[in-house]
Amino acid sequence: MSQINRISGGQIDRAKSLNFTFDGKSYQGHPGDTLASALLANGVRLMGRSFKYHRPRGLLSSGSEEPNALVELRTGARQEPNTRATVAELFDGLEAKSQNRWPSLAFDAMGVNDKLSPFLAAGFYYKTFMWPKAFWEKLYEPIIRRAAGLGSLSMEVDPDTYDKGFLHCDLLIIGAGPAGLAAALTAGRAGADVILADEDFALGGRLNAETFTLGDASGADWASATVAELANLPNVRLMPRTTILGAFDHGIYGALERVSDHVAVPASGKPRQTLWRIYTKRSLLCAGATERPIAFDNNDRPGIMLAGSLRAFANRWAAVPDRQVAIFTNNDDGHRTATDLLAKGVRVAAVIDTRADAPRMADCELLAGAEVIDCKGRLGLTSITVRLAGGQTRQIACGALGVSGGWNPNVHLTCHQRGIPVWNEALAAFVPGTNPVGMSVAGAANGTFSTAAALATGAEGAVRSLADLGFKAKAADLPPAEDAPVNLSPFWYVKGASRAWIDQQNDVTVKDVKLAHQEGYRSVEHLKRYTTLGMATDQGKTANMGGLAIMAEMTGKSIPETGTTIFRPPYTPVPIAAFAGRSAGADFRPVRLTPSHVWAAEQGAVFVEVGMWKRAQWFPKPGETHWRQSVDREVLATRQSVGICDVTTLGKIDVQGTDAAEFLNRIYANAFGKLAVGKVRYGLMLREDGMVMDDGTTARLAEDHFVTTTTTANAVSVYRHMEFCRQCLWPDLDVQIISTTEAWAQLSVAGPNARKLLQKIVDAEHDISNEAFPYMACGEITVCGGLRARLFRISFSGELAYEIAVPTRYGDGLIRAMVEAGREFDAVVYGTEALGVMRIEKGHAAGNELNGTTTALNLGMGGMVSKKKDSIGSTLSEREGLTRDDALNLVGFRPVDRSRAFVAGSHFINKGDAANAANDQGYMTSVAYSPNLGHTVGLGFLKNGANRKGEILRAVNPVANEEVEVEVVSAHFVDPEGERLRA
Amino acid sequence: MHYSGFKVIKEALTGHKGWKPAWRDPEPQDRYDIVIIGGGGHGLATAYYLAKEFGKARIAVLEKGWIGGGNVGRNTTIIRSNYLLDGNEPFYEFSMKLWEGLEQDFNFNAMVSQRGVLNLCHTDAQRDAYRRRANAMRLNGVDSELLDAEGVRKMVPFLNFDSARFPIKGGLLQPRGGTVRHDAVAWGYARGADMRGVDIIQNCEVTGFRIENGKVTGVETSRGFIGAGKVGCAVAGSSGRVMAMAGINRLPIESHVLQAFVTEGLKPVIPGVITYGAGHFYVSQSDKGGLVFGGDIDGYNSYAQRGNLPVVEDVCEGGMSLMPMIGRARLLRMWGGIMDMSMDGSPIIDRTDTDGLYFNGGWCYGGFKATPASGWCFAHLLATDTPHDTAKAYRFDRFRKGLMIDEKGMGAQPNLH
Amino acid sequence: MIINHPLLGPRDSQEFTYLGDASLIDRPDWQAEDAVDRFYDYLYERENPAGEHRELWFHEQGDRSWLVVTRNTLTHEITNVELARDVARARGRGK
Repeated sequence: MSQINRISGGQIDRAKSLNFTFDGKSYQGHPGDTLASALLANGVRLMGRSFKYHRPRGLLSSGSEEPNALVELRTGARQEPNTRATVAELFDGLEAKSQNRWPSLAFDAMGVNDKLSPFLAAGFYYKTFMWPKAFWEKLYEPIIRRAAGLGSLSMEVDPDTYDKGFLHCDLLIIGAGPAGLAAALTAGRAGADVILADEDFALGGRLNAETFTLGDASGADWASATVAELANLPNVRLMPRTTILGAFDHGIYGALERVSDHVAVPASGKPRQTLWRIYTKRSLLCAGATERPIAFDNNDRPGIMLAGSLRAFANRWAAVPDRQVAIFTNNDDGHRTATDLLAKGVRVAAVIDTRADAPRMADCELLAGAEVIDCKGRLGLTSITVRLAGGQTRQIACGALGVSGGWNPNVHLTCHQRGIPVWNEALAAFVPGTNPVGMSVAGAANGTFSTAAALATGAEGAVRSLADLGFKAKAADLPPAEDAPVNLSPFWYVKGASRAWIDQQNDVTVKDVKLAHQEGYRSVEHLKRYTTLGMATDQGKTANMGGLAIMAEMTGKSIPETGTTIFRPPYTPVPIAAFAGRSAGADFRPVRLTPSHVWAAEQGAVFVEVGMWKRAQWFPKPGETHWRQSVDREVLATRQSVGICDVTTLGKIDVQGTDAAEFLNRIYANAFGKLAVGKVRYGLMLREDGMVMDDGTTARLAEDHFVTTTTTANAVSVYRHMEFCRQCLWPDLDVQIISTTEAWAQLSVAGPNARKLLQKIVDAEHDISNEAFPYMACGEITVCGGLRARLFRISFSGELAYEIAVPTRYGDGLIRAMVEAGREFDAVVYGTEALGVMRIEKGHAAGNELNGTTTALNLGMGGMVSKKKDSIGSTLSEREGLTRDDALNLVGFRPVDRSRAFVAGSHFINKGDAANAANDQGYMTSVAYSPNLGHTVGLGFLKNGANRKGEILRAVNPVANEEVEVEVVSAHFVDPEGERLRA
Repeated sequence: MHYSGFKVIKEALTGHKGWKPAWRDPEPQDRYDIVIIGGGGHGLATAYYLAKEFGKARIAVLEKGWIGGGNVGRNTTIIRSNYLLDGNEPFYEFSMKLWEGLEQDFNFNAMVSQRGVLNLCHTDAQRDAYRRRANAMRLNGVDSELLDAEGVRKMVPFLNFDSARFPIKGGLLQPRGGTVRHDAVAWGYARGADMRGVDIIQNCEVTGFRIENGKVTGVETSRGFIGAGKVGCAVAGSSGRVMAMAGINRLPIESHVLQAFVTEGLKPVIPGVITYGAGHFYVSQSDKGGLVFGGDIDGYNSYAQRGNLPVVEDVCEGGMSLMPMIGRARLLRMWGGIMDMSMDGSPIIDRTDTDGLYFNGGWCYGGFKATPASGWCFAHLLATDTPHDTAKAYRFDRFRKGLMIDEKGMGAQPNLH
Repeated sequence: MIINHPLLGPRDSQEFTYLGDASLIDRPDWQAEDAVDRFYDYLYERENPAGEHRELWFHEQGDRSWLVVTRNTLTHEITNVELARDVARARGRGK
């Protein structure tokens, strides 16, 4: 396939050819090409279909503002929808497909929408599809949804990786056109840490697209020489293919670097893209400007594009849409395209300039005071209709039309912190208003459009920015460059035009804007939302101004009075995967492993997620086919002999200081002042609003030294709360705290043989007999021949139980030693399920009960809230709503028919009452099968439950259409007198 | 003017010349019986129901900018009534029922689409909590289903079942949940209210209150003084700023920024609304094809209507953990809205200590789904001086009395709700 | 955002956990006659200014200092950062 529209020159490497396909057809291009330029060179103008009317579309632009030429790039799991052909760098083997069409791009059945367009005017869907009522979800919406959307996802997992990085600099320069390069030279030579980022793969911006000279060199050559110098400066980081996507608080910028999008598959070890967070002291926005079109009837035909883009394709990529072109402009810059194309041997049929006094600038026919009013060529432009100054019309044959309505400075990033741009009458454009702190703007982005001005303001901007930081920079010596003024007469759309496109992708026409006005949607935000103007993938970069100008005309207000829509990040769309980086899938969050993890894994334990921790849930033995078999065995063995469980995940906080006891007294509802050294006490911690925040045990190891435990779930928040109390509420208490959760491996040893087992590993000099080390004792001991350890005689299971802690690195050794020592007792190691069963049997509250809405009173621990002292939460726990007579109380439940089971999350309804919200008596929080009792047991909150023991209720589970009669019982199913734990 | 398919066809054939403004652009009158501050969803709905259901006349809605410019125009469009607590569930179900008849009621297609809301759970405890909630919904006569992991897989097979950091154990499904085209809600109410004589006055900023002998008599505005028999304030996001002008300097509310996101248009991938239970991520797909998603608030007090990168990244991490096939979809636009974060995560619809001044706010980031019921209940309060039965728990004094409505159990820390 | 930690210099706000209004330092006297009212006001009512806001941040991924940050809620500009302990003492809190 020959590149029939490839012309001479350009910055492509003709020595190498790259093969690619579009809609299955093979083509060739060269390194330096984009998919867009290569398709143009191959004579392809039709590249896409519009969103609503499925109109045939070609390129509007040559850059990231492209609304039309969106393709599905690559195949399989790497397929990406909606990629702008203008920013897709060509690589060998590239595969692209057009999208949002069926069965083919040239013949799209949905093109019928275009014929139906009178019925599909802006907002038509708000006025119909209301009857019959059920038809919206069943009929109308499914049809709309199928028709809508653009490209499609592969639905497969992306095989590529995405990285995140952090950079710091004195000056971030955004955009590497003439302004950015001059700024980088200035700042780089001054020794500042500079980052120069540009979305393009070739640095130089418009210098690569123009035929201007800078001094003796072509613009492109000056750019590459400058880039070469910058690349040699160690303090300058050049970041091509990097889009600054947003300006965030305090000089932090987000950036997306497309590390590997220009190759078929990322090199081994390379990410596809990197999301950078750039911390800057100053930034200089040199983002250039975006050309805007002029609307006329059927101005969306393939072959009609922005004049500057037409010129860029010719100059940089040596490609044109056709060998015969015309230009439609309201300003001098449009004429440059004619001049450049003529120089390339392309025929320019005419320059149509809306200005009656348009200057003759190119060596071709000039139609001054004329307008393009229509055109022909459904799948590709064939001719335009021109209304001449005198009113008569003329057909001009051409396969491409370059349109220029002037240029809009790229102010987007200046608006990301809600800065409002200001109107510049001479440019008929918005220029930056209030910028984010630390940001300045130079070059075309600031409305200074000539090359000379871009260079000068870029250099000056760098000098000024660096002066703020104490650098004495000197503006780089700059070559002489073109310094043409902007001559422009605002012209937004051809009068009388109707189906003239403003927003090409979303199919918003002049007519739609007028309709919005007619119907009262006159604020720019209403205009945008009612017509979808500016809401396409290009975010209205080429559309918003046109819509705004027409609305201004309709309302009789000026454009700045009519307003501007807010520009929001990202500057161009960013893959979700890039924002996630490596924190996706199984790596979403880090994994915390317990000290016994390796051992547990060796035993074939089943693990469960507990916050970030992985804990052993149960330890299946050969022959056990159901988890209940394993759990029942672990529970029974523990209650009959002894069981071991890793409880390291509980939060541990070391509290020291002469005021440590007083501190604990204030953060716990119950008193700690009189806790004896060597003793442990259960503590109930309230939030200031009186709700239970957490519970745990606190051991007094010395007069001024306590160790407090928290639940696994609340370890972080409780520690934070304690620091708040210590630093903000009572800054002069002599108390220090530190989290030691990960410093100690802690195992629970529970069951009648717990002491015997422990005695085998605790060093003999430590007497842990019941007399010497009674229930709620604690002490610092040694085990296994001198290893320091802490021993606490506390019980969650209701058995004779201890928790033993050793430095974490000995945790693995300890579990192995304990298992070995327990062999003679048939000791089991049990997981979180058995732990849960035993705590429910014993009636201990846990996460399901401490749900943030329950008080000490609810939990049956109202008496623990001491009124004799100040403690967090005690005052507000007295509010009337928290002390009602019918308050929920935690009680136990068992099935009346012991063979029946019930589930947590059931609600309680009195016998004989209808199951409805008005009759709701409370809810079941925790349920387990008790292998000791041989039936299901539950804990739950019941209105006035403390006084309803023996009552029969219904535990209803309407979501599963179940209900079970239950009896209200004590929450202590096992050993209610607590004899076992004191044994 | 009545909207209908017939009318659309007729206008199409006659050049769309007959369409009239959806609402008038009236000059403010000197005095109204009832002035609603805030032309957002809740304010417009209040005016609509005052006129339509409570037979009130001489009503104005004052909007400082353009109507629908607050949170009704910047949210993730989700509607649901899957609440747990007594104080909430009947109210949100009332709202859901109003959604179900809304378009026919106000003759505007707001694209109420009940494609289902699925909340995923990842631990046994979470599943138990969902069961409690599902049952609370059922006891209130609301549809709910509890799915196991297989049920979820059948419904949304594209989720990450195989390599998830937090495995999917099941989900709470409300089939009647779904989405609504958010802007259309504001426009539909505005048009409906306007047709019933309500003056909707845009670009009219309230700058002060006139209060005489403890009774409000009107408001000072950028367009002059407007007298009022009663004033209803429905400006969630700016509640503190507006109430301060009435001398109420402290509220049980903080203002926080919530960011939301939309991708480029895609062919249909996600049928309903899905929320991740092990991270902050919820997503649906608009009729236009964009994935609309959000997560947690940024977490610090803000009126800036914009957020920062950490939350953007956190939300996308959640998304990529749950549904890795969306990775190559591009995030197109992000925006921030200001939330009235209340002290228990639930709203306030109540009188104030100033006679004639009524308050509606504290919606946290759940105000959109509440729009119809909020409007109705606020209208009820304004019209009758008694709270609507489903909103009677939304009182100012509930904190003082210890009657918080705390769905999440997070206590008096607004950024955790 | 960047918080200029008085001991550690500029740190990314992502290292911190936010609590809320620095008035939470001013915990009322539990023995006051109207203690419940005072605690209610302390815990639930907020000035919530649109402008300068003194607020508590905890350097959770850092040195575990609680800080009082003065930040503008309209612009997010931070004008002052203090150790909360110093602020608490200055407001008369001690043991």
